[in-house]
Amino acid sequence: MGKIAFVTGGSRGIGKAIAISLAKEGFRVAINYRSKEKEAVAVKQELESFGQEALALQGNVADSADVARMVSEIEGAWGPVDVLVNNAGINKDNMFLRTKEEDVRNILDVNLMGAFFCAQAVAKKMIKKRWGRIINISSVVGLTGNVGQMAYSASKAAIFGMTKTLAKELSARNITVNAIAPGFIETEMTSGLSESVQEAILGQIPLKRFGQPEEVGALVAYLANEESGYITGQTIVIDGGMSL
Amino acid sequence: MLRRVSIMIEKVKEILAEELSLELDEINDDSDIREDLGADSLDMVQLVMSLEDEFDLEIENEEIQSVTTVKGIVEFINKKRG
Repeated sequence: MGKIAFVTGGSRGIGKAIAISLAKEGFRVAINYRSKEKEAVAVKQELESFGQEALALQGNVADSADVARMVSEIEGAWGPVDVLVNNAGINKDNMFLRTKEEDVRNILDVNLMGAFFCAQAVAKKMIKKRWGRIINISSVVGLTGNVGQMAYSASKAAIFGMTKTLAKELSARNITVNAIAPGFIETEMTSGLSESVQEAILGQIPLKRFGQPEEVGALVAYLANEESGYITGQTIVIDGGMSL
Repeated sequence: MLRRVSIMIEKVKEILAEELSLELDEINDDSDIREDLGADSLDMVQLVMSLEDEFDLEIENEEIQSVTTVKGIVEFINKKRG
């Protein structure tokens, strides 16, 4: 039986591509979604088409009780989680001076606290098994900052600190913890940008194209596998050279 | 009281055996958890969490720092329970 992966925010975008990459590699994948049930069920069916069992679990990662319930559903169905991919994330762009307290808190709740709750919910069993992979999807703006993304970039920068600390605390149990910092990946989250903004961004990317979700998926699959076992506490930037 | 203490010592040994992947007969009442049983900081965290669950307690990291032996854990728990 394939190893067990839990991908948060897996109904669309990068999370969906990650789930598919892992299923293709033989993982049994449980995706989490908050509101897009139809999309989540479609992803589950797609995962099953690769001959793997799959789960689609509704829940809000910012709610620790939801996280505990989802993790115990996975454990009940298959057993303890081997690979956690903290991918669920939200953004709400606004200039710093116009940024509302409520929006900052919501973004930190999902992007940071959600990752914390999920990691804590799976780590104890990983420690027992002496094997685990935690892969946190951050963003290149966590490294560089970005106009209009104070809360989002702060939440993504926080992920780096969490990643490094977890890597240090859990390495003695053969658990690796890494972060991925994607640049401009073509998803729903980025398609809302106007054409002129998209063109301006393209001008800053040495590889002269946007990234595809599947490219992030392939990187996650590598970090999830046995062969990446000597990499921990790292941030891998996948941005076409944009942050250079 | 004595009987209760010996039951608790057995329970604590079981928890230690489970958390540290040891055999029960490798653990004595006077075993030093870190020195003799080889517990590292992560083992200590797990041990504290298991003790909290088993004995329905809340334990602060600082208060258990000075506890070193199996017997010491039992004394600590009894004191906590008052």
